[in-house]
Amino acid sequence: MTSVAATTDDHNTHHGPAKGLMRWVVTTNHKDIGSLYLWLAFIMFLAGGAMAMVIRAELFQPGLQFVRPEFFNQMTTLHGLVMVFGAVMPAWTGFANWLLPMMIGAPDMALPMMNNWSFWLLPFAFIMLVSTLFMEGGAPNFGWTFYAPLSTTYGPDSTDFFIFAIHLMGISSIMGAINVIVTILNMRAPGMTLLKMPLFVWTWLITAFLLIAVMPVLAGAVTMMLTDRNFGTSFFDAAGGGDPVMFQHVFWFFGHPEVYIMILPAFGVISQIVPTFARKPLFGYTSMVYAVGAIAFLSFAVWAHHMFTTGMPLAGELYFMYATVLIAVPTGVKIFNWAATMWKGSMTFETPMLFALAFIFLFTIGGFSGLMLGVGPADMQYHDTYFVVAHFHYVLVTGAVFALIAATYYWLPKFTGNMYSEKWGRIHFWLSTIAVNVLFFPQHFLGLAGMPRRIPDYALQFADFNMISSLGAFVFGASQLIFLCLVIHTIRGGSGKATDQVWEAAEGLEWTLPSPPPYHSFSTAPEVK
Amino acid sequence: MLLVIKKLGSLVLCAFGLLASSVAMADYQLNMTPGVTQVSRDVYWLHSLVLVFCVVIALGVFGAMIYSLIYHRKSKGAVAAQFHENTAVEIAWTVIPFIALIGLAIPATKTLIELEDSSDPDMSIKVTGYQWKWQYEYLDEGISFFSNLSETSRAAAALGQDPTGVENYLLDVDNPIVVPINKKVRFLVTANDVIHSWWVPALGWKQDAIPGFINTAWTKIDEPGTYRGQCAELCGKDHGYMPVVLIAKTEEDYAAWVAEQQAAAAAEASGATKTWALADLMAKGERVYATNCAACHQPNGQGIPPAFPSLVTSPLLGQPVAEHINVVVNGRPGTAMQAFGAQLSDVDLAAVVTYERNAWGIDSGEIVQPAEAKAAR
Ligand code: HEC
Ligand SMILES: [Cu+2]
Repeated sequence: MTSVAATTDDHNTHHGPAKGLMRWVVTTNHKDIGSLYLWLAFIMFLAGGAMAMVIRAELFQPGLQFVRPEFFNQMTTLHGLVMVFGAVMPAWTGFANWLLPMMIGAPDMALPMMNNWSFWLLPFAFIMLVSTLFMEGGAPNFGWTFYAPLSTTYGPDSTDFFIFAIHLMGISSIMGAINVIVTILNMRAPGMTLLKMPLFVWTWLITAFLLIAVMPVLAGAVTMMLTDRNFGTSFFDAAGGGDPVMFQHVFWFFGHPEVYIMILPAFGVISQIVPTFARKPLFGYTSMVYAVGAIAFLSFAVWAHHMFTTGMPLAGELYFMYATVLIAVPTGVKIFNWAATMWKGSMTFETPMLFALAFIFLFTIGGFSGLMLGVGPADMQYHDTYFVVAHFHYVLVTGAVFALIAATYYWLPKFTGNMYSEKWGRIHFWLSTIAVNVLFFPQHFLGLAGMPRRIPDYALQFADFNMISSLGAFVFGASQLIFLCLVIHTIRGGSGKATDQVWEAAEGLEWTLPSPPPYHSFSTAPEVK
Repeated sequence: MLLVIKKLGSLVLCAFGLLASSVAMADYQLNMTPGVTQVSRDVYWLHSLVLVFCVVIALGVFGAMIYSLIYHRKSKGAVAAQFHENTAVEIAWTVIPFIALIGLAIPATKTLIELEDSSDPDMSIKVTGYQWKWQYEYLDEGISFFSNLSETSRAAAALGQDPTGVENYLLDVDNPIVVPINKKVRFLVTANDVIHSWWVPALGWKQDAIPGFINTAWTKIDEPGTYRGQCAELCGKDHGYMPVVLIAKTEEDYAAWVAEQQAAAAAEASGATKTWALADLMAKGERVYATNCAACHQPNGQGIPPAFPSLVTSPLLGQPVAEHINVVVNGRPGTAMQAFGAQLSDVDLAAVVTYERNAWGIDSGEIVQPAEAKAAR
C-alpha cells in the first residue's frame, strides 16, 4: 500500500505554481489549498467575531441600545454558524491539507482535484449565507441549532438560502474527509505503520470518519426542513402529524459528533506541541489513540443529553446521562497524559507552548462544566442558560480556537520559512488568555443565577457580570487583530529565517523538509524506521 | 459512604456560600438557587456535589501541572526524563474516575426519578406557550388566563429606553400564575406555535413546551412567595420578553384567589350580551391590542414588514368587517398570526377589531359588537 506514494508522482515534479490569481483558482496543490482554507477560516473568524462584538455590545448594559431583538437573533444565529462551519472546521481542514502529506511523507493529498472543488464550494456557501442579512425579512434568526418549527413554519424567507448553504458546506466537508482518509490510508511512507503516525494524523483520520458519518445526517435534517417549508410535508410539524422533537434528535445526532469534529484535531495538535517543548516523548501514545477512538465512538451515543428538558422518558434520560458522564473517562486520560508528558520534562515556553498550556487548563474547565451538564437533574437548571454558553465557549474558544492559534505559531515558521515575532506572540497570548477568561468565566455565574441564553436584554441583577463579560470580549476581539498583523508580518519575512528543524526538539517528518517546504512535499518517500 | 460525601459536600458548600455572600451584593449572585422545593434542593445538592468533585480533581491535576511548570523547566536546568508509558498508572487513572463517576450517578439517578414522578397530583394546571406569552388553565377550577410581560417592563424595553430603576425589569407580568403551597401541583406543558420552555429556577427545573406534545412536570412548594423565571428556549423575536411569575400562597389565600377569579370571569361573560358604544370599545380595544397584538404589529399598528404586516395599510380595511373578524378569530394558519378566537373573549375580540378599524387615524366609525365576534367563531 505505502509504496503507492513513491509512484504517484508521475507528472512533472519540478513545475512551480501557476502565476497570478488563477494559481489559486485552479490549484490542486495541498499547500495552496491549505492556505486558501486557512485564509477563508481567518476571514470568517473575523466576520463571526464582529457579530460577537455586536452581541456583546448590546449586552453591555440592560435595555436595548443598538439593535432590535430580531436583529440580535440574526447575530447569534450567524455568529454560531459562521464560527462553526466557517472558521473552526475550514481551519482544521486547512491544517490537514498543509500537514498530513508532510507528516506521512507523501507528495500531496491523494485526490487533488476533489480537494480544489471541496475548497471552492465554501466561499460561495458563505457568501450566500451572509447575504441573507441583506434580504427582505432578514437572515436566519432561529439560532445555529435551527430548531423546528421556529426554522420551518416560522422561519424567514432567507431560510431556504441557509439550507442551500448548509448543503454546500456538507458536500465540501464530506469530500475533504474522503480525501483525508484516502491520503492517510494509502500514501504513508514505507515503514510508517498506523501506530507510528503522529497524533495529528490519527485525530484527523478519526475526525474524517465522524464527518462522513454525520454530515449526511445534517443534510437530511435540512432537506426535511426544505420540504416542510416548500413542498407540504410535515416531518417536523405537529399539526400535520410530524414531530418537532424528532428534529432535535436528528440535529443532535449530527451535532454532538460535530463538536468532536472541532475538538479532536485540537487534541492532535496539543499532543504534537507539548512533547516538543517538554523535550520528552508523548506519554501514553497508544492510550491517546484509543482514547480518541473511544471519544469518537461515544460521541454517537450521547446526543440526547442536549434534550433532557424535552420530556424524554425516564429510561432515556438515565441512559443518556450515564453515557455522557462516561466520556469524562477517555477525556480525563488525555489530560492526564499531557500532564504526565510535561512531568519531569525540560520545558520552555515559546508561544505555541503557551497556547497549548492555556488549552490544557481551560479546555479542562470546559470539560468540567460539561460533566456538570451531563448530570441530568442538574441540567434541568443549567440547560439553555449562560452556563451552557460559558461551557461551550470554553471548549470551543479556549479549546478548538486556542489549539488552532497554537498550531499556527508552531507550524507557521515551517510554512513560511520565517520566524514570527516572539515578543508579539507573547503579547497576543497574554491579552487573549486574560481577556477570554474575563469574557467567559462570569457567564457561568450568570447562568447559575438564572440568565437564559439568546436574549437581547436581561433583568437588572445580571448587569454587572454582563458588563465585565463584554469588556473581556472587546479586548479579546481586538487582540485577534494583533494575531492577524503578526501572521502577515511573518509571511513577509518575520523576525528572521527559520531553520528546517525550527524547534529544538520537534520530531516528525515535516521537520525534515526545508522551511518553507518544496511545492510537492516529498517527491521521494522517506523511510520511517 | 454517601452520607459522608453529603456531609463533606455541605461543609465545602458552606465555605463557598460564605465566600459568595461576603464578596457579593445581590447583583453578583454566583451560584444556583437552592429553591423552595425538595426537588430543587436535591438538584442544588447534586450540582454542589459535581462542582466539588470537579474542584477536587482540578486542584490535583492543575496542581501537578503547575508544579512541573515551575520545577521542570529548562531554564532551571531540568533535564528531560525519557519515560513515556506506565501501564499501572494508566489503568489507575482510567479505573478510578470510572468508579468515582458511578458514585455520582447513584444520587443523580435518585433525583432524576423523583423529578420525573408526577403521579398522584393534588391539582393540575395546563401551561401553554405562545409567541410571546403564557396561558394558564386550571383544569379543575375552570380558571384560564394569559400572562404577558408587564406594561412597565415593555415600555422600558424599547430601543433607546433606560430600564434602570424599573422594578423586576423583564421579570414581571400582568397576571402571574398562582398555586397553593404544600400541594403537589402537576403542570401539563405544551405550546401553540413554536417551542418554548417554562422555567422558574426556584422550582429546580425547566420543561420544554412543545407544539403537539404535552409534557408533565410537578412541584410542591413549601414557602409562600413570588418566584420569577423566564422562557428558556429561543422562540423568536420576543423570546427575552416572556417571563414566568409564580406566586405561591397559603391554602386559604389561594382559595380566596380562586373565588375572585371565578367571579371576574362571570362578570366578563355578562358583558358579552350587551351592546357597546364606540368609546368603550376603543378604550378596551386599546388595552387588548397592547397586550396581545403590539408585540408583532407594533403599538403604532405599522408592524415590522415583511415579517409582521402593517395594519394601518391593510387591504382588510377596505373589506367588510366580517373578513377582519375572521382573520383575528381564526388566524392565518402556518404563520405567526395565531387564532385569537381561542384566546380572547367575545368582548375582547369585538373591542380589538373595532380598535384596529378606528385607531391610528383610520377612523372608519365601524363598530363591532360582541355578538358579531361570537357569530364568527
Ligand atoms: C406573534 C406575532 C403576531 C401577533 C401577536 C399578532 N399577529 Fe396579526 N399577524 C401576524 C402575521 C405574521 C400576520 C401575517 C399573516 C400572513 O402572512 O398572512 C398577521 C396578520 C394579521 C392581520 C391581517 C393583515 C393583512 O393585511 O392581511 C390582522 C387583521 C391581524 N394580524 C390582527 C391581529 C390582531 C388583532 C392581533 C392581536 C389580537 C394580532 N394580529 C396579533 C403576526 C401576529
Ligand atoms: Cu418562549
